[in-house]
Amino acid sequence: MEYLVEMSGISKSFSTVQVLKDAAFRLKPGEIHALMGENGAGKSTLMKILTGVYKSDAGVIKVKGREMAFADPTEAERYGVAIIHQELNIIPKLTVAENMFLGRQLTYGKTGILREKEMARLTREYLGRLNVDLDPSAPAETLSIGQQQMIEIGKALSKKAEVIIMDEPTAALTDREIEALFRIMDQLRREGVGIVYISHRMEEIFAICDRISVLRDGAFLGTETTAKTTVEHIVRLMVGREIGERYPARKSVIGKERLRVEGLSDGRNLKDIHFSVKAGEIVGVAGLMGAGRTEIMRLLFGADRKKSGDIYIDGQKVDIKNPASAIKAGIAFVTEDRKHQGLLLDMSVRENLSISNYDQIAPFGIISNGKEQALSQQMIKRFLIKARDSEQTVKSLSGGNQQKIAIGKWLGKLPRIFILDEPTRGVDVGAKKEIYSMMNELSEQGVAIIMVSSDLPEVLGVSDRVVVVHEGRIAAELSKEQINQESIMYAATGGKGHGHQ
Amino acid sequence: MAINKKSLSAALQKLGPLIGLCIIIIILIIASPNFLTLNNILNIFRQVSINALIAFGMTFVILTGGIDLSVGAILALSGALTAGMMGAGVDPMTAVLIGVLAGGVMGAINGLLITKARIAPFIATLATMTIFRGLALVYTDGRPITGFNSEAFTMIGGGYFFGVPVPVILMLILFGGLFFVLRKTTFGRNVYAIGGNEEAARLSGIKTGRFKVYVYTLTGVLSALAGIILTSRLNSAQANAGMGYELDAIAAVVLGGTSLSGGRGWIVGTLIGALIIGVLNNGLNLLGVSSFYQQVVKGLVILLAVLLDRKKTSS
Repeated sequence: MEYLVEMSGISKSFSTVQVLKDAAFRLKPGEIHALMGENGAGKSTLMKILTGVYKSDAGVIKVKGREMAFADPTEAERYGVAIIHQELNIIPKLTVAENMFLGRQLTYGKTGILREKEMARLTREYLGRLNVDLDPSAPAETLSIGQQQMIEIGKALSKKAEVIIMDEPTAALTDREIEALFRIMDQLRREGVGIVYISHRMEEIFAICDRISVLRDGAFLGTETTAKTTVEHIVRLMVGREIGERYPARKSVIGKERLRVEGLSDGRNLKDIHFSVKAGEIVGVAGLMGAGRTEIMRLLFGADRKKSGDIYIDGQKVDIKNPASAIKAGIAFVTEDRKHQGLLLDMSVRENLSISNYDQIAPFGIISNGKEQALSQQMIKRFLIKARDSEQTVKSLSGGNQQKIAIGKWLGKLPRIFILDEPTRGVDVGAKKEIYSMMNELSEQGVAIIMVSSDLPEVLGVSDRVVVVHEGRIAAELSKEQINQESIMYAATGGKGHGHQ
Repeated sequence: MAINKKSLSAALQKLGPLIGLCIIIIILIIASPNFLTLNNILNIFRQVSINALIAFGMTFVILTGGIDLSVGAILALSGALTAGMMGAGVDPMTAVLIGVLAGGVMGAINGLLITKARIAPFIATLATMTIFRGLALVYTDGRPITGFNSEAFTMIGGGYFFGVPVPVILMLILFGGLFFVLRKTTFGRNVYAIGGNEEAARLSGIKTGRFKVYVYTLTGVLSALAGIILTSRLNSAQANAGMGYELDAIAAVVLGGTSLSGGRGWIVGTLIGALIIGVLNNGLNLLGVSSFYQQVVKGLVILLAVLLDRKKTSS
């Protein structure tokens, strides 16, 4: 058997939109195979067809040489094809072990009485293989997203899957967790498991994958051997054009101090946070998952209540009680979780873009149709938002376009301070670059920008200065000259290790 | 083509309740000669107006993702207060204002319990429903309040204006106003935003708590108005008036296609939903169907409407 999975001639349309045209994909045993393409290229659809979520309109799927068309993901799992979705299937109120054995609990015979000890033991064993130490009886909601993902990976391992599809598995993981994951992936590869790896992170793909298949606009463009290709070549295939430098060049024009934070704490994890940002400066905020970066930003924005500390904007002390007062003070905040905290998914592009701009389009609380339309048209053009029209629901847009709306809605008028939490997570190369350009343009107009990011190359590529958070404190402040992977990781891990290997 | 098809199905989705209403009307026209008379039509509208007013408020509440079970009790307590005031010699105008104000206060209490005390809307309004109903019993001592003879007050529920019943005119004016509020104002937009994603709305700078209090207050005011109309029409106020009206209001909202999980729906649908219920009641009465069976039919219609709605959404 040469191939674990062979898909050929796969076509799929949703209503009248063709998402896949004659797509193909081949997975060998014992390989890690990257599936790449911009958002909307059809990667997820192709994998959903493989696992029986969707039925293809045309084409042949062979698994281990046998022609197959799974009715649903459960059937796919029975034949050894497991998928780990980007949106985790974790039930927050249930414990780690309950999540691990969801739908296939171990019982004493057919009594329905749960063998809780045995499930806890096995949970520990599966997670142990991932070098993850979690209490099987801890509720999943008390874990970080990274830890929750480990449960999912452990679950796939426990099902003895021969084909594991991972959809952006590292998007929410810390470097240490990523290392652990890669170790496991390597181990699985040696055991003959085939792994399909969907990711936007070039570094990771070139570090771990054996082969790369590229999709663009639903068509299969070819499979390359990683060792014999380059990042530039893959990017060119994906976007179909030259994209140039990943981080657009920028002239930093740094002005006076715009924001100063002193002694900020939330009475729980954050202690004595202090830092400052100047006008026109981009400050990167680095740190491990759970170090408290997002929490700091939420305090700054009034999304959570601070226990103590002072915030000064342009030298004036400001009292931020809630997001509304933060916005009034000139702060804008793009949340890390755009689906749950940033966007109104069921509402239109127009409505999402106007929500933070009522003072411009709705004098006396009555919305002016003309002004609202003009504003949304102008923003769609300015931020190159690819939508059918301004009435399309945001839910149906790709991640990159959603993110452009989450950012763009704050720019009806220029904020004084712009906080972006993981601004390029789950966003494709093309849109990433547009977001960086947007940030550059804003900084040139004197906006003070704070960018929280777990993507180290991004932090290095974009920041004028980096603040590193470790266990709820500011562990280091690195000037442009001092910024490098090692110095950031050193501070992020509490100065205990020398960067990551 | 794809766009046309999509907007067509979206239009159909919105028109669904209206088509349903038309079908029921056609059946009744055929089945009963007394149905399509001006008198009967006006009668239906007048009967519908009370439920519609409450359902308009309920639409706002449900759009924010909440629910208000206390509307029937607010109706009773406000009606009783108004009647009591007039019985004590207060002039009708002031009595009505006090009644409406009391409804607003009761609604605001609901809103504050939900936003400040963070009690789930279902629980909070279940509790206040019982409290308000109890207060109405205390206030009336369990006996109907009657004997307030004011021509002006009787006009509210029983009068006509150019041949149209006053309650119907009130309902249509409020419908127009509230339609405008939902469609054209930031208030309306915020109601949808809160129901669509409360956290995203808050982080976009909307004072979500404040708007929710407004919405429950509005519902309180509308329920009080309904109570005053009912009191005026019956010329008496009873503590057990409006029992179960919350369910009729919720039914009207749901029949109109508004999603119980919030964020989606429109007030036109609610008016149609209220009319469906009103026309059914009226038609079944005309046909001599026993009131016991009427309940069964109403329930079946709600089920059917929701099932059809889901089929359309998923296809």
